[in-house]
Amino acid sequence: MYVAVKGGEKAILASHDLIAQTRRGDPLLPELDVAQIASQLGIAVDRVMNEGSIYDRELAALAIKQAQGDLIEAAFLLRAYRTTLPRFGASLPVDTARMLIRRRVSATYKDLPGGQVLGPTYDYTHRLFDFSLMDSEGERGSVQPAQEALDENMPRVPDILGAEGLMERELPPPGDEAPFDITRQPLEFPAERDERLQVLARGDEGYLLGLAYSVQRGFGHSHPFVGEIRLGEVSVEIVPEELGFAIDIGDITLSECQMVNQFAGSKDQPPQFTRGYGLAFGHAERKVMAMSLVDRALKADELGEDVRYPAQDAEFVLYHCDNVEASGFVEHLKLPHYVDFQGELELLRRMHREIAERVMTTEKREAAE
Amino acid sequence: MTLASSSTSDITYNFAYLDEQTKRMIRRALLKAIAVPGYQVPFGSREMPLARGWGTGGIQITAAIIGADDVLKVIDQGADDTTNAVSIRRFFARVAGVATTEATEEATIIQTRHRIPEAPLSADQVLVYQVPQPEPLRKLEPRETETRKMHGYGEYGLMQVRLYEDIARFGHIATTYDYPALVNGRYVMAPTPIPKFDNPKMDHMPALQLFGAGREKRIYAVPPYTTVRSLDFDDHPFQVQRWSRPCELCGAGDSYLDEVVIDDQGSRMFVCSDTDYCEGRRAEGHVGTQLEQSAGQRLTGGSS
Repeated sequence: MYVAVKGGEKAILASHDLIAQTRRGDPLLPELDVAQIASQLGIAVDRVMNEGSIYDRELAALAIKQAQGDLIEAAFLLRAYRTTLPRFGASLPVDTARMLIRRRVSATYKDLPGGQVLGPTYDYTHRLFDFSLMDSEGERGSVQPAQEALDENMPRVPDILGAEGLMERELPPPGDEAPFDITRQPLEFPAERDERLQVLARGDEGYLLGLAYSVQRGFGHSHPFVGEIRLGEVSVEIVPEELGFAIDIGDITLSECQMVNQFAGSKDQPPQFTRGYGLAFGHAERKVMAMSLVDRALKADELGEDVRYPAQDAEFVLYHCDNVEASGFVEHLKLPHYVDFQGELELLRRMHREIAERVMTTEKREAAE
Repeated sequence: MTLASSSTSDITYNFAYLDEQTKRMIRRALLKAIAVPGYQVPFGSREMPLARGWGTGGIQITAAIIGADDVLKVIDQGADDTTNAVSIRRFFARVAGVATTEATEEATIIQTRHRIPEAPLSADQVLVYQVPQPEPLRKLEPRETETRKMHGYGEYGLMQVRLYEDIARFGHIATTYDYPALVNGRYVMAPTPIPKFDNPKMDHMPALQLFGAGREKRIYAVPPYTTVRSLDFDDHPFQVQRWSRPCELCGAGDSYLDEVVIDDQGSRMFVCSDTDYCEGRRAEGHVGTQLEQSAGQRLTGGSS
């Protein structure tokens, strides 16, 4: 017997209670606190800050806790909160050349001013379990600070190449207008570089990684070199209207990747290196490498290359790389669709009926003949 | 169902969640949309605390136009009690503290997904549609740069060809929902996934119709008393769905019916998708075949 589906509101409230209980897990174990997440799951926090588009470690950690470790859900929480924040200004461009370096590696030079700085990285760890981490109070290695401070002069590799005229020059457009703002304006096509880089910066890391891999593997003819990857702190400055000069409002951690790519040149231009750029909050090396490959691929059109592969297609890349939008739309399929489905059922049944009738009349006619 | 005023409104957020500048930006887009019926106006769609694809466009429009005196009705699939409709209604009760209702005629703003109420709407009502895909040509041409040109030049031949191909292949136009319509003789519009049964209601509707696509960042509108013509051919005129039997709860023969599977033997019953319409008719004493049976008493119980 059909029972009308009522009580949606009660069911929703009960589901909130259930998910809260599930999130808490075993009540005999101590509850995770937000500071622990911010401090010990730092790379997850960085990813959520990037995809959630707010630099706030504490809120990102809270989002991870509240989302039970679902990083896309956590980014969504940050984004929804972001809508309610007033905007009181824009910072001056941050200068990564003046970054306080924690890590800086170049694949294009054996040595360079400032040297190679490995810093904190999993790169040369063997991926063997460290079973001592099973004990919460295990022995931890201690870090010895170096005798000498790092060189203050750490020029960025593309700047070195640029001085020789071998690197594509990237200058602000004439008039240096305020950049496009994807958080306030709908995407526009053809998309300029400012718009593209913003979308990539908060795009899904997995999606960008897949696209970057496709470019490298054969769906795009890319021959990239890591000019440089750097990680460290830069200061953020704003110019308050009432002061009229820049003041430092704090430091943020950034990862930056500058990918150096070949370019055949054209009739009017000698061959030179072209640049792919990646920048992200926190320690997000995979993200900025993927981003810089995709950034370079998306330059295809303006460099006069054939746009043949998915990663070169700006509408394809930019419309689909936002995981908050993508997961919302994919998951909306679980909402009821029975009205539309009824329409399809009705049509399908009618067509079946018509075909059956047609077959019957033909058979009758044939039998009569 | 009577008016229910919410006492649990949340004052930590601005009225109706969005800040006033954002609401103004949305209202400007709405004015442009009303001035150019059927044209998709890009707007700075904000991230909302509900998921993209779950009605964020409709929610932003409602937030931009709602006032403290408004009475809000939210439906999904024609029903007031489906979970997402409940969730959106709760959202506005919380962030705007407005009165909500399930009665179509009491509402000043009706936010909907996939249906237009059966009861005719009046000039003092606004119908806000949640739009998953505002671009009627998207399935024919994936690129926005191209579809904008097609709208600009009024090049809708591709759509007519698609409808023709359906007729050639199936003997019918095989589009049953989101059936494309020409607004004010100019722009082809996606009426959102409402069944084509509802398309004729859009034509010369006294109520203002607003469409919000949050994820796709587009707003469009059909002003009151505007022509909305479903695309068709002279020899294959537009037709709506019909059922061979009336609603089994209220006996209505003029409403869109949902099919409910009632046992594992393949038995089905057909009932109004518009729950308010169905309940209203039953309150007036109309009785469908199922309700004539005594077991049917359970059906009317528990209405919130």
